[in-house]
Amino acid sequence: MANQDEGNKNVTRNLLFVVVAMFGFGFALVPLYDTFCSITGLNGKTEDAAYSGDVMQVDNKRKIKVEFVTSLNESMPWDFKPLQNSVTVHPGEPTKVEFVARNRTNRDMIGQAIPSISPGQAAAYFKKTECFCFTQQTLKAGEEKLMPVVFIVDPAIDEDVREITLSYTFFIKPGSEDAPATKGINHSAMLSTPLTQH
Amino acid sequence: MSAVIEEHHDDHDHKPTGIGRWLFSTNHKDIGTMYLCFSFLMLFIGGTLALVIRAELFQPGLQFIDPELFNQMTTLHGLIMVFGVIMPAFVGLANWMVPLMIGAPDMALPRMNNWSFWLLPGAFGLLIASLIMSLMGMGSAPNFGWTFYAPLSTTYGPDSTDFFIFSVHMMGISSIMGAINIIATIINMRAPGMTYMKMPIFVWTWFITAYLLIAVMPVLAGAVTMMLTDRNFGTSFFSAAGGGDPVLFQHVFWFFGHPEVYIMILPSFGIISQIVPTFSRKKIFGYSSMVYATSSIAFLSFIVWAHHMFTTGMPVATELFFMYATMLIAVPTGVKVFNWVSTMWKGSLTFETPMLFAIAFIFLFTIGGFTGLMLAIVPADFQYHDTYFVVAHFHYVLVSGALFGIFAAVYFWLPKWTGNMYDEGLGKWHFWLSTISMNILFFPMHFLGLAGMPRRIPDYNLQFAEFNQIASIGAFIFGFSQLILLYNVIKTIRGKSSEKATDQVWEGAEGLEWTLPSPAPFHSFTTPPTVK
Repeated sequence: MANQDEGNKNVTRNLLFVVVAMFGFGFALVPLYDTFCSITGLNGKTEDAAYSGDVMQVDNKRKIKVEFVTSLNESMPWDFKPLQNSVTVHPGEPTKVEFVARNRTNRDMIGQAIPSISPGQAAAYFKKTECFCFTQQTLKAGEEKLMPVVFIVDPAIDEDVREITLSYTFFIKPGSEDAPATKGINHSAMLSTPLTQH
Repeated sequence: MSAVIEEHHDDHDHKPTGIGRWLFSTNHKDIGTMYLCFSFLMLFIGGTLALVIRAELFQPGLQFIDPELFNQMTTLHGLIMVFGVIMPAFVGLANWMVPLMIGAPDMALPRMNNWSFWLLPGAFGLLIASLIMSLMGMGSAPNFGWTFYAPLSTTYGPDSTDFFIFSVHMMGISSIMGAINIIATIINMRAPGMTYMKMPIFVWTWFITAYLLIAVMPVLAGAVTMMLTDRNFGTSFFSAAGGGDPVLFQHVFWFFGHPEVYIMILPSFGIISQIVPTFSRKKIFGYSSMVYATSSIAFLSFIVWAHHMFTTGMPVATELFFMYATMLIAVPTGVKVFNWVSTMWKGSLTFETPMLFAIAFIFLFTIGGFTGLMLAIVPADFQYHDTYFVVAHFHYVLVSGALFGIFAAVYFWLPKWTGNMYDEGLGKWHFWLSTISMNILFFPMHFLGLAGMPRRIPDYNLQFAEFNQIASIGAFIFGFSQLILLYNVIKTIRGKSSEKATDQVWEGAEGLEWTLPSPAPFHSFTTPPTVK
């Protein structure tokens, strides 16, 4: 009997260890997923820091059309547009494009743009040396601002990729105020909340 | 095997009385009974929600409920049926039968057993409270589908989502404790001579299921914890605005969710593997291949989760991997189906109600398995995804699979539990009505799905009207047929007009549980039997 109690204790202890480990594994899936995505470009995420690698050899024989899409998270009261709908570039050639954002409200607000690349496999080859998405953007009430991006398409990109779409979505910085992004949608409450940084 | 030794103990077979017997129970039979009764109650609640859904879908247009309430119905129907009916019923059967089948006096950790059951009424009380509050006009119950995808459940979730989160936490703790208990019992408490490869298949399938539960329920707990902090504490696991990714939610959820579907079917495989040999009066064909097939299904279940997410935009190589891995599961499942059929081959078959349900299981579950294979094919899945075809598929595996397995088990072991034979005539009525109406209910859904009707919608295009009417008629027949089961079970428990069951109950029954008297005494195998 004593032997059996001992056995039960051991089994329970070992299994509880597995339970804790698997609970941790659930959370470990978060960084694992990010790593997996940055290797495969699965979710079209680009690096969130400026590219500072070597100057690339420009490949004048190939042309890639880069298209720009902008959108606003549904509770974001800004205007946000690219100045050009698309550009055609040679891989390796640094290109500057500009976006324009305007704060339609009468309050100062902080926004964060999240980029996404389609097709996903191009994400790893799309290098930005300068981007308004690397930092949060503060727009004063009614302010309009030009937001530049300088990018290089890595010439190592697959031959099959002839078009790349770069999409930006502007979000209200979550957590900066009682951010509507984490609670249910409530437009009126959001508009009356000043969004200045504390 | 000696039943004689027990006689001495049976003399003072005193059991606690009153409500305390149930509240403080550490007896595996009483706890098993409570699990089964709880699951039966939930079956009727979940079934009522299903009938509300089918009543609304009887005609195009909005008849009875508004779309907001409709979404709450589909969500709670799914959650209650998965976590409140199928899983507790299996745990109840394990509680009752595993100790009897391996010759143990009780579960290894009886107090924990009590706790794992009594968490469940709390968990479901919380969940159903959200529905009651919704019906009283105090906000919405969870309305995002049983899969609670972010951002539907995070950014857009109603306030009651936090009720749901804690409810899932409690169910998870309950399942994990139940699983630890079952594993500890099977490892430590087998009777002398009961080697692993002599264990009944039902014990084997539960052994493996318990490991699956321990591996994936914590991941589900992690997923709802992330939801909780996203909703209330400003994290952004699943919110793109803060650098998270809603698709990550689907990965975490299905990493739990796919093994979960095997958690809901493996014990049924075990039940069928007990019943088919009994009524074929033969040993099961391919015992060891059954064990290995169950293990391979459990292993494969961990590497196929993304087949639920083919349309989220994955690299082709990933889609191919998950497609092939998924199709591979058909191999061990096929082994099982062939083994059941081979067990029946040249057996002296009789067709009592448990056997009828077992045969219907083999046939109808195989249909569900085939539609599963169709869904595994990536290009085909792009057409079928989120249509009624998926609804038809998982109801064939969960109703005619998991639920029919539970029905078969109840008829098979009820005489052992109560000492009385159930009413065979009513059992046959229940079987035929259930089987026929189940097909009237779910078969047309295949056609609806192929024709493009999306799931989880309260209204639909006119062209889908006929098949929806047929399905709704089937649903009501199926729903009300379950009252026959309820009546039959109550009648058998009271036992006034029932035939008394013998110890062996079924002519072809083999195994330790049939060496005990019927009804099984409150304390059994206090001295371990010896297994040859």
